[in-house]
Amino acid sequence: MRGIFTISQLTIHETLRKRVLLAATLLGFAFLVIFALGFYFMNREVINSPRGAETQAQRALIYIFLMMAGLYAVNFLMVMMAALLPVDTLSGEIRSGAIQSLVTKPLRRAEIVLGKWLGFWVILAGYLALMGGGVLLIARIVSGITPQNIFIGLALILLEATLLLTLSIAGGTRLSTLANGVLVFGLFGLAFIGGWIEQIGALFQNETARYVGVIASLIVPSESLWQLAAYNMQPALMRDLAMTPFSPASVPSNAMVVWALGYTLLVLLLGVWSFRTRDL
Amino acid sequence: MNHSAIETNALRKEFGAKVAVADLTLTVQRGEVFGFLGPNGAGKTTSVKMLLGLVARTSGEGRVLDAPLGNVAARAKIGFLPEHFRFQDWLSGREFLDLHARLYGIETENRKARIEKLLTRVDLQDAANRKLKEYSKGMLQRIGLAAALLNEPQLVFLDEPTSGLDPLGRLIVRDVIQELRAQGTAVFLNSHLLSEVEVTCDRVAFVKNGRVIREMGLRETRNEIEIELQVKNPTPNLLRDLAQFGKNVRQWNGSIHLETDGESHIPEINRWLVAQGVDVYKIGAAKPSLEKMFLEVMGEDARAG
Repeated sequence: MRGIFTISQLTIHETLRKRVLLAATLLGFAFLVIFALGFYFMNREVINSPRGAETQAQRALIYIFLMMAGLYAVNFLMVMMAALLPVDTLSGEIRSGAIQSLVTKPLRRAEIVLGKWLGFWVILAGYLALMGGGVLLIARIVSGITPQNIFIGLALILLEATLLLTLSIAGGTRLSTLANGVLVFGLFGLAFIGGWIEQIGALFQNETARYVGVIASLIVPSESLWQLAAYNMQPALMRDLAMTPFSPASVPSNAMVVWALGYTLLVLLLGVWSFRTRDL
Repeated sequence: MNHSAIETNALRKEFGAKVAVADLTLTVQRGEVFGFLGPNGAGKTTSVKMLLGLVARTSGEGRVLDAPLGNVAARAKIGFLPEHFRFQDWLSGREFLDLHARLYGIETENRKARIEKLLTRVDLQDAANRKLKEYSKGMLQRIGLAAALLNEPQLVFLDEPTSGLDPLGRLIVRDVIQELRAQGTAVFLNSHLLSEVEVTCDRVAFVKNGRVIREMGLRETRNEIEIELQVKNPTPNLLRDLAQFGKNVRQWNGSIHLETDGESHIPEINRWLVAQGVDVYKIGAAKPSLEKMFLEVMGEDARAG
């Protein structure tokens, strides 16, 4: 355990020192500023609407829609961070030989993989707290509204990021940095498109299309996790407005969460095994 | 406790169809400085990596500090300076040593004193707060040496430790190796600089085509002499019979060479040759240089470097 914590501290330290996180945080703040300005002006528009016809419930739906748009952007930033931050951590150190100075220490190789994984997971969790918390706080201050089930929603977004982080770490044990990046984004793209096919299939009641989407989600359950997060955070009325990125027509079951957890654990174990058995 | 720091028997490593190490059979005693010599591509680095558990062996057996190859607990007593060292260059020298001390599990109270002592030992006290990315190659090599000694190891692997160093840096490394020997630490030195090896090593092994082809003690050699003979029409029988006067009888560069334990054998050999009816053109003694031995063992086509 000592090794895992030392490596995770090293990982966090390295990410901070290399200013990758600083760049991502600055980008995130830029996004929050734009979101805050947009939310503020939209709110003013709604309040000063000459129609004056919006009921309280309609206003709430507009706010929730804007919040979901903000959280969708946060979700995408998390996907980017989860895939890109660790993409070079093992493959780059293996290529340069820097890994040799770690592997020859009294550490199990598993501790190196798990330590790096933990370090990046802490960074991702912190980034989600900052960005997701920022969106919710801005919305709360401007409109006084908070979506329902926010902790379930944020936990599902974190699980999605954890899954992609794990794929990126595991891929880095054998693939070059470029190949690993292509693989992780390729898998994310597959899940994304699969998710849309599933939604369209559900909308048009085309079971074949729906099954194709479900199979894509089983191969990589990342998009399903976002859809489930979005479903949980919206009020019932809004859930019925299908065909937006935030209102799934086909709601993933909770079994998908169990599958995603098992999938993440399996990929992590595969990554450990792959690193443990390779020549360096 | 076993007296061997390293013991291997027929260690072999294949990468697909390519045989990187065919047969690594050697013993390194605790407290001795052991030179591992061979031309490029001879399998030296792969051998070191097998001993450190960085690559898995294809076959054969090996023990390091009485533990199987790659044993995690044994690594706490091993230091390693890789040839192509790439360190965490975003850390300062002092932070780098602190990180590696923590990876060795050295307690906080001992860590600081150990780091300061080693920074002084490798003459990097003044540069300790500078980032490694600002270090020269020689400075990186010295900080790497310090990192390899953090755990007060019983066995240190030094892969080309002086290749990037100026003469003062080399002197530091040489002194450190002498100190390690005095402390009873075994040093496995992989170097192309034969003059350095000759000064620092107790024993050497020559590796060619992934196989240890000869092991010899350098300190013993210094008490021995090599006799060079030039005779008319040397025969295999003559070479065989000369073995009664010494060891390692071989023909090289137009002469017969053999190693004996003193100059008293020269007249003895001369008398014997004359009695056998052999015409002797030249007989003399010389201490062989390591470079000469290297070329002789490796063959004329091999060059260190």
